[in-house]
Amino acid sequence: MIALDAVSVTLGGRRVVDSVSLEVGVGEWVVLLGPNGAGKSTLLRAIAGLVPFDGTIRIDGDDMRTLRRREVARRVALVPQVPATPPAMTVADYVLLGRSPFVSYLGSESRGDVDAAEAALARLELEPFAKRALGSLSGGERQRAILARALAQASPALLLDEPTTALDAGRQQQVLELVDELRVERGLTVLSAMHDLTLAGLYAQRVVLLSGGRIAVEGDPRDVLTEAAVEEHYGARVRVVEGAVVLVRR
Amino acid sequence: MESAAVRARSVRALPRRWVWAGAAAAFLLVSLLVGALVGPTRLGVGDVLASLLAHAGVPGMHPHLSATDETILWQIRLPRVVLGALVGAMLATAGASYQGVFRNPLADPYLLGVAAGAGLGATIAVAYAPSRQLLPPAAFVGGAVAVALTYLIGSSAGRERSGATLVLAGVTVVSFFTALQTFVQQQHSDTLQQVYSWILGSLPSSGWNDVLLLLPYVGIALAALLLHRRLLDVLSLGEEEAASLGVDVGRVRLAVVLAATIGTAGAVAVSGLIGFVGIIVPHAIRLVVGGSYRVLLPLSVVVGAGFLVLADVVARTALSPAELPIGVVTAFCGAPFFAVVLRTSRKTFG
Repeated sequence: MIALDAVSVTLGGRRVVDSVSLEVGVGEWVVLLGPNGAGKSTLLRAIAGLVPFDGTIRIDGDDMRTLRRREVARRVALVPQVPATPPAMTVADYVLLGRSPFVSYLGSESRGDVDAAEAALARLELEPFAKRALGSLSGGERQRAILARALAQASPALLLDEPTTALDAGRQQQVLELVDELRVERGLTVLSAMHDLTLAGLYAQRVVLLSGGRIAVEGDPRDVLTEAAVEEHYGARVRVVEGAVVLVRR
Repeated sequence: MESAAVRARSVRALPRRWVWAGAAAAFLLVSLLVGALVGPTRLGVGDVLASLLAHAGVPGMHPHLSATDETILWQIRLPRVVLGALVGAMLATAGASYQGVFRNPLADPYLLGVAAGAGLGATIAVAYAPSRQLLPPAAFVGGAVAVALTYLIGSSAGRERSGATLVLAGVTVVSFFTALQTFVQQQHSDTLQQVYSWILGSLPSSGWNDVLLLLPYVGIALAALLLHRRLLDVLSLGEEEAASLGVDVGRVRLAVVLAATIGTAGAVAVSGLIGFVGIIVPHAIRLVVGGSYRVLLPLSVVVGAGFLVLADVVARTALSPAELPIGVVTAFCGAPFFAVVLRTSRKTFG
């Protein structure tokens, strides 16, 4: 469970996230929405302990400031918008890196770590790719490898920053379905930033619309994603058809 | 039960890595042997092997070499071969480590100013010190001071401390130290020849003293770097992702830079500036074996050692009885070799 209380982040003198209070329960999928620069990614990075913040972030009830970096990594896995995928690294080596929070500073992975990486590879049906270099994978396969690394991390919370950018419609659906399956299967707490309002409406149990670093609206996707709200915050003209947000010509 | 064994193999692709390790070890052994055999006085393979085994205390082996040849082998050839192996292993591994810690394929062991600092130290020693004995320690101190300065400047540059600021600080320190060195050189133009020959790099034939001097630095540095090979893999994901995996990036970077600097400064102090080893050896291994530092670092130790021993053989024999600077050999042989590896390899660079 992730609980934010009046969290603010100031970067380069600008308040990028402004007093955000939010709770994401166990097994819940909450999607952060908002135009570019609304503070979605920064908020995710704060929860992963990567940027300094004011306010309080609690992970499973513990104040994040009292947790060591490694302990935070055991509780929260972050998949950034454009993860580094060293092209010559094999998929197996890459997924094994997800076990880093469990390996001591100069130690090496235990049998259990190798097993966990194996299980993650198997779960995402990546076994045939284990020895392939990341650079030789297609976009969809690479995204699965990235998810497998996050899964190997075995943290109860998963932060996803734009998990489907650069994927075609079929791969987008595949990846999001997979995240949803894992959420149900393991009771994962999922917080993701997304641009695609239609997809957000399909997968989120709750959406939080950020604007200028503050929460503008939050709630059930059907209540939040109205034609008026999208017009106001994105400046986009849309029609909502059976819960799906569809762009229309001006 | 069987499937578990099969699965375990897919994460740790051990068999193929052992093949590369074996090939690298064979390369090093052949290099060491060639280094011991080749020179103005030809020594026979059998005699050398017998002498080595006899000295290693293998029962029933007796050296067949004449007393002179024994001296040539044990007091001239072998110390120089071992020294070359130590320097080569150090430079190649330091290069690979710097490339990992700064995520920059062009990083070499001299990136943060070791060479410029050592150059200044050496120049001052040649210009002002009465004996040549002071050159190695002066070079070592100069190199260490330069990198410490780079680190201070780099880490005082605001809170956004990153590898990039450190590299920029390195560029600054290098220009400053090079300017100082040029100034001292202009004041003492009679030292030019001596400093120049040091800068081009050469392995001294001064018996086991240099080996014993260098061994602790290289031993400690290599051990520390090898211990960090898994963390270098994590760092290859970038500073933020490494941090999100629970790794203290600043601490890893400091430890790796410290170890690589101490080892490199030691190597530079005894052998001068030998270029190119820190770049071509790691990259050639990467192109053949792949990107993981778990494999790259140990192989860099072994292949770097073999490469420099062979380069020294060429340096000693190409214009015999004159000696070529070994730095010229590493660049002259290394560049075309690397071009071939680059051309024939279809693997993407990582």
